[in-house]
Amino acid sequence: MNTNNHYPQDESFRASLNTRYRTANIWQAIFMSALLVALISLMALIYTVIDGAFGYVAFEYKKDPATFTSTPLEKLSKEELLTILKSKLSSGAYKKLDGEQPMQARSQADLYSLFLERLVQLDTKQIWSMTDSILHGAEIKAETAKKYPKAKVEFRSWVSPQFLSSPMSSKAEFAGVRTAILGSLWLVGIALLFALPIGTGAAVYLQEYAPKNWFTNIIQMNINNLAGVPSIVYGMLGLAIFVRVLEPLTSGSIFGVTDSNGRTVFSAGLTMGVLVLPLIIINAQEAIKAVPDSLRQAAYGVGATKWQTVWYHVLPNSIAGILTGSILALSRALGETAPLIIVGASTFISVDPSGPFSKFTALPIQIYQWTTRAQPEFHAIAAGAILILMVLLLTLNATAILLRNRFQRKY
Amino acid sequence: MQNNQTPEYAIETKDLSIHYGSFVAVSNVNIKVERLKITAIIGPSGCGKSTLLRAFNRMNDFVPSSHVTGEILLHGQNLYGKNVDPVQVRRKIGMVFQKPNPFPKSIYENISWGAKINGFKGNMDDLVEQSLRSAALWDEVKDKLKKSAYELSGGQQQRLCIARTIAIQPDIILMDEPASALDPISTLRIEELMQELKKNYTIIIVTHNMQQAARVSDYTAMMMIDDKRSGGVIEFDDTKKIFTRPKDKRTEDYVTGRFG
Repeated sequence: MNTNNHYPQDESFRASLNTRYRTANIWQAIFMSALLVALISLMALIYTVIDGAFGYVAFEYKKDPATFTSTPLEKLSKEELLTILKSKLSSGAYKKLDGEQPMQARSQADLYSLFLERLVQLDTKQIWSMTDSILHGAEIKAETAKKYPKAKVEFRSWVSPQFLSSPMSSKAEFAGVRTAILGSLWLVGIALLFALPIGTGAAVYLQEYAPKNWFTNIIQMNINNLAGVPSIVYGMLGLAIFVRVLEPLTSGSIFGVTDSNGRTVFSAGLTMGVLVLPLIIINAQEAIKAVPDSLRQAAYGVGATKWQTVWYHVLPNSIAGILTGSILALSRALGETAPLIIVGASTFISVDPSGPFSKFTALPIQIYQWTTRAQPEFHAIAAGAILILMVLLLTLNATAILLRNRFQRKY
Repeated sequence: MQNNQTPEYAIETKDLSIHYGSFVAVSNVNIKVERLKITAIIGPSGCGKSTLLRAFNRMNDFVPSSHVTGEILLHGQNLYGKNVDPVQVRRKIGMVFQKPNPFPKSIYENISWGAKINGFKGNMDDLVEQSLRSAALWDEVKDKLKKSAYELSGGQQQRLCIARTIAIQPDIILMDEPASALDPISTLRIEELMQELKKNYTIIIVTHNMQQAARVSDYTAMMMIDDKRSGGVIEFDDTKKIFTRPKDKRTEDYVTGRFG
């Protein structure tokens, strides 16, 4: 017998092996349940949103449509609607609507909702969630017939083309997110124009030029920390700097714009730009780091200057990564609410932003505002707006992934 | 061959030491590299061969803490002198790296880029063809000049890198283990190419492969680290002498494979 052998043999080895496998299985189960919890949370989130955005609606017409027209509602043409609106609305109200957008230029759907809103006066009595509507459809109809004899029950998708194209309204049934989407796009556009060149420039300087010493280490550390600063702090910064100190610039008064204060989409865009700047710098640095040194040496080897190396090789080979990172940073900006509240997004505005010095609202602001309303219809359109925001975010992220795959380089 | 105007040596070092911070990586190198010859630098890993090679075209400048004492003289001018710009040095002393590193561009652009940034005013098509011919690559790539350089095999890529270096018409070509990442056939082609190139260029090559040094080079510098871990040239002579009758015992041990 070998006395030097301290390892378990045969039977005892098999036993110890079983113990090892058991431990491994337990850990595997723990990791899998972690993933499961994450998946369930995500599904629950999506379910809640979708559940709120579709469902049965019980509504009444305060005035019988038959008093306005003999044509069935769904067959009304644009011309008929125009005639009805012109004759039945007070001339003052008609002029006001015509002033917002010429009636002739409006679509049939637009006119139809005006007809319902102003003349027939659609009145929502009750709404149900999608789950209720599907599971208890018959009961809902019976209950409605008892409680509101005159009401009709319809399955409604709160997200609709009309919802996308309508501006804000005080009635949830006719409200839309056009103003908010345009506001969000302006915001993200301004943030990008501001943060992308500055962020890329800073990243190039830090990676390619800056010496590595205690000073640049401190700068680097600060950039990393700034990426984690709560967004509301950036809101305070935006309020102090862009809204107040730089008011002549952000209100556009030095460009001759007179009808605004500093609470413009320009101020908010710059605030968002500052908010995403650290993220863009870090992402751009990573992209620049991914360019192999051998490529830089190849350029230096044929007598390139540092600038030529950076401009012709480092940047072209990292630009896809820089753009991808920037898009992901912007998707964060798209969802931010707190800084916008502080720099003063309008909560009720039905005019599209027309330029950088406009008042504005944004999707998250709109969602936040709708969820605080008491009427359940507003909660339904908030759910609809959340769906649209999520689709926008997914589109941005998908663009980022496509960009990355399209320009991925092998060295 | 040589007339009185051309200096006898392409490049020479005088008491050259290369420091990284307080550490002396290479100390007191005094060698004279002859024109239109191939000079090999051999020695065990970590003895400073690459560091010495990179000192010749100031590639070590990119290592933040590095500095050089002593002189490297090209046409009598110190490459580390006050008024010498490193870009100017690299323009005159080209380099081929260990791992083929073509630009992620077309084959054509790989050659033309260096010429373009250095202000080449001649016919670019001719320059590209001529450089590729000199690197024995023209026949293989003449129909796909617009294709990415990454579609070439490793050996072809390395010859493209040589062509790229030739295109800027340097005086000297430095090669840092140019065949170590290649298969034997590609290696052979590079070695044959070097024999062609030495008609027009002075070549300094670092190699791990002693057979390669023996096959291709005219002169060999044997490097070794001393007890302070600084590398130094312990013997510099005709390649034949280094491999048959070395003066230094350590060189003999190394080239006969007794250690290293």
